Amino acid sequence: MRLVGEKVEVCRGERAIFTGLAFDVPSGNALVITGPNGSGKSTLLKAIAGFLKPTAGSIRLEGGDPDKAVHEHCHYLAHANALKSQLTVAENLAFWQGYLGPGTEIGEALETVGLPGIGTIPAGYLSAGQKRRVAIARLLVTSRPVWLVDEPTAALDAQSEVRFADIVSRHLAAGGIVLAATHQPLGLDAPGQLDMAAQKAGQPA
Amino acid sequence: MRALFLRELKLAARVGGGALTGLLFFLAVVTIVPFAVGPDLNLLARIGPAMLWTGALLASLLGLDRLFQADREDGSLELLLMSEHPAALMVFIKCLAHWVATGLPLVLATPVFGIFMNMEANAILAVMATLAAGTPAITFIGAMGAAVTVTLARGGLLIAILILPLVIPLLVFGVSAAYGAVEDPAPFWAPFLFLCAITLLFSVLGPLAAGHVLRHAAD
Repeated sequence: MRLVGEKVEVCRGERAIFTGLAFDVPSGNALVITGPNGSGKSTLLKAIAGFLKPTAGSIRLEGGDPDKAVHEHCHYLAHANALKSQLTVAENLAFWQGYLGPGTEIGEALETVGLPGIGTIPAGYLSAGQKRRVAIARLLVTSRPVWLVDEPTAALDAQSEVRFADIVSRHLAAGGIVLAATHQPLGLDAPGQLDMAAQKAGQPA
Repeated sequence: MRALFLRELKLAARVGGGALTGLLFFLAVVTIVPFAVGPDLNLLARIGPAMLWTGALLASLLGLDRLFQADREDGSLELLLMSEHPAALMVFIKCLAHWVATGLPLVLATPVFGIFMNMEANAILAVMATLAAGTPAITFIGAMGAAVTVTLARGGLLIAILILPLVIPLLVFGVSAAYGAVEDPAPFWAPFLFLCAITLLFSVLGPLAAGHVLRHAAD
């Protein structure tokens, strides 16, 4: 499996955020997307996740299920954690598992992110970092090959960052693909780099 | 999809879910009318179906703005759109759950409120039947309004204004069917079947339109 982008151009409104962008991430590899604020890191992830249509070029997943669109292979971890504060942690995860598809068992996923036994607590009671870790557990409860993560370690403490690096490494070792937009090093061994600042800055189209 | 349906019902039932808001508003409207109209029981019975329909319609408009907005704010909406299910099906299920949580209580409360309005038994039954057939359409039409205004912080009133022209036919056919059940020359089935037809039409059109809008409003 490989995620390939060719000459991708994405516009928001009249402004081209980036143009002529190319990437090629084979199975088992990570791509770390860096660049200053507003350089289009999140926009690129959104385009792959199918929320923004590239105005030129193509994004495709070679070797994926031909019946499914690219975004149906993807997990998307954005700035918002997609947790309902009224529901318990387990209810939140059980919903995403039921809706998006099966994967790791919920208790096990919570243990992996270092929050064992937290399932019965309403998500609204958790701290920002704990919510983030539950959101990371969501990546595990449904198995999808491509992870699109946007500032995944925001609000995480040092120990949780190490744990997240470990989760990502295991996903990669299992043949997954990870695209991460981040300012902080994720502690991965030699990930691919995509520097948005090196791309031509957006000009009015 | 079953997971989505159950989650929506759970959220509506929990604190801040708003399942009771519509019902309480309906109660308030129906309680106020007899005081405003005065102690003329015959007049109350005559305007009863119209008042119940007006109350139920306005009550159904109340929670619509949160239909997608709550999900958009916490990032769930994007993930809901990333499943292999078509967006229209997702909207349909959400509407169905929304109706079960907010519309169905209105229908079930109608007998009690009908007594407030001094209505006879078959008039109450007719209003219940028309509300059961008509209020789902309000949710489906509302979904279109909610999808268009999902990015606006204060979209509630705008939704009401956007969809009001589309729900007026429901009110017309609903009330005339309810009158048809009690007043002899007026027919019941013709307006009732029109009402059902409108609901069926919007149960397809609403989710399709709303799903399309949501897909392109994620920006």
